[in-house]
Amino acid sequence: MATYDFLFSALGLQDWCESSGTTGPISLSALRDSARGETAADVSIWDLPFPSMDALNAACQSFPRSRELTLGLERGFLSIKDSLSIVLDPLTQPLSWALEAALYGVLNTPWWIIIPLLLLVTWLVSRSFTLLAFVSVSFLGLAFIDHYDYAMQTLAIILVCAFICVLFGVPIGIAMSRSNTMQRMTIPVLDMLQTLPPFVYLIPLIFLFSVTEPKLYGIAIILYAIVPVIRLTDLGIRMVDQSVIEAADAFGMTDRQKLFGVQVPLALPNIMAGVNQTIMMSLAMVVIASLVSAPGLGVLVLRGIRNLELGVGLVAGLGIVILAVVLDRVTKAALARINSTHKA
Amino acid sequence: MAKKRTLLEIKHLYKIFGPEPEAALERVRAEGLGKSELMEQTNHVLALNDINTEVREGEITVMMGLSGSGKSTLIRHLNRLIEPTAGEILLDGEDVLALSQEQLRRMRRERMSMVFQNFALLPHRTVLDNAGMAAATRGDKRADYEKDARKWLDRVGLGGNADQYPHELSGGMQQRVGLARALASNSPIMLMDEAFSALDPLIRTDMQDLLLELQSELQKTVVFISHDLDEALKLADHLVILKDGFVVQQGEPQHILLEPEDDYIVDFVSDINRARVLRVRSVMNESGDPVAEGAVEVDHDDTLESVLSKSDGAMEARFVVTRDGVRVGTLDMAEVLKALVPAAASESGMRTQAT
Repeated sequence: MATYDFLFSALGLQDWCESSGTTGPISLSALRDSARGETAADVSIWDLPFPSMDALNAACQSFPRSRELTLGLERGFLSIKDSLSIVLDPLTQPLSWALEAALYGVLNTPWWIIIPLLLLVTWLVSRSFTLLAFVSVSFLGLAFIDHYDYAMQTLAIILVCAFICVLFGVPIGIAMSRSNTMQRMTIPVLDMLQTLPPFVYLIPLIFLFSVTEPKLYGIAIILYAIVPVIRLTDLGIRMVDQSVIEAADAFGMTDRQKLFGVQVPLALPNIMAGVNQTIMMSLAMVVIASLVSAPGLGVLVLRGIRNLELGVGLVAGLGIVILAVVLDRVTKAALARINSTHKA
Repeated sequence: MAKKRTLLEIKHLYKIFGPEPEAALERVRAEGLGKSELMEQTNHVLALNDINTEVREGEITVMMGLSGSGKSTLIRHLNRLIEPTAGEILLDGEDVLALSQEQLRRMRRERMSMVFQNFALLPHRTVLDNAGMAAATRGDKRADYEKDARKWLDRVGLGGNADQYPHELSGGMQQRVGLARALASNSPIMLMDEAFSALDPLIRTDMQDLLLELQSELQKTVVFISHDLDEALKLADHLVILKDGFVVQQGEPQHILLEPEDDYIVDFVSDINRARVLRVRSVMNESGDPVAEGAVEVDHDDTLESVLSKSDGAMEARFVVTRDGVRVGTLDMAEVLKALVPAAASESGMRTQAT
């Protein structure tokens, strides 16, 4: 006899309970109980079990156990997986191409072109000699300890993913800023993406795409890193001085003129802060993504963990830190230059 | 003075802020609730309460009131930055409220420009781009409007600052850019929302003089919002005084000053410099009394302050008042002094209640 027998007898469901017999494998504790020949006798109020799915199943065998919930979710996902792949595969294929091309590009262009090119970009966005010196020391140092290829792979993945994040994130942020309904609908999704442990969205992605395809880790990185640029675009546009918007209206600007002539330029400091965060988060995710075949410094970190190669792991970790500092400083320098022309 | 054509007309305008303005409006109309009663009973804000006024072409109409009197709300109805709850706004006989979005945009681009209290310049554009904002919004090519924008910047005294950014300028200079921006739109109507209120007193006086100078040259139709009576009296051809969302008194500034209809206005006018505001024509004696030979001539539009300085303090002085060189009346010092006696703050007025 189980605790909640009375519930099913009161509802007159005994026939239904007995009709299907045991469903699913027997649980370990039930097995132990039956081996001891014990049946649950009168239970004191202190031991009253919560009427959970498992407890109800003990009273009525037709009632599903919680194990069947996870099982059902899995079966459900597997059953729609094939049709989902048919839709998602071609849609995400350009991501694979972009990542493959970027990786091919950085590995097959000589270092004496890539490094000066990166330094030129640094100079163009920051116009700062100290930053330029710092970035060149960083890259030359990484190259000197033979981590150039790994670092460039990581950098290529980050840049492609961050670019796509901006490409999609800014329009989504703009849409959110213009409609409160859109904002209400999007914020829970963003909250979920931000709080879901990154490993969790690797699981369904592994089912959907082949582990050998770059888009697998590409999507994981983008989902993880797109949140800040969306949030800060929305926030930035909503925070644009209302009096300037009013002036734009008073002079008869159309919505489009207002968006591209006033709101987006004035939100640019916030949008750039979002881009900075997005790049930092892609860097964090690119290490985790090495679990699903993302190349780069993350692979070395993983090797350090797997083979207990302490030195390899530490040096690769340090390389990631250097890359992070370089990316952060360069984007912050760009942000500071925008800010200086945007004082109210 | 020939009466000028009415350009903008406001009829029975109501604006109520709150979740159910229509229902609140019914109660205001039926029960005649005031601002505080409506707030207490229905939690709606009665911003404008049956406003009827008109703006004449080529004049400066000043709408004055304390904060919360609805003056900024009112000016925003003229170009429909705020939609009214009920009422009519006619521009040249055409119903502004019936305009489609496209027509409204055209009206804002071509017929009305606006100057804001906090300048509201585009911080990421240069001064020149800001001045050319109206033309750029209309879709004109830069080469076409640049010359015009530079001309207006020169006119407001900012010729050398065209390539600077707004944040590099002082407040007064920024508002000159705001003024140039409104002028460069070449629209006949200029709405000025507390345009000079955020400026230092000296700079404010400068800007008022600049506005009057431009006005004598351009004869725009200006609607000017202010909370400062001295400013209002200095600029206004027509003065509208608002309190709690309704018009307390409107008319010629002199007239309001000499014959305040309400305790509220008495309070307002009790401590202004009357000599600077009152003009000879409002206090002169139109009879043809004989005048001593060699009496000083004053123009009918002179302020009493200038009359006082001409009198050299002589108590028995008598002046000949002329208009376009023709004698229209006389003025005794005694009359001048009588007009300068300050109106005492009324017993029931706000000022007494406040203490």
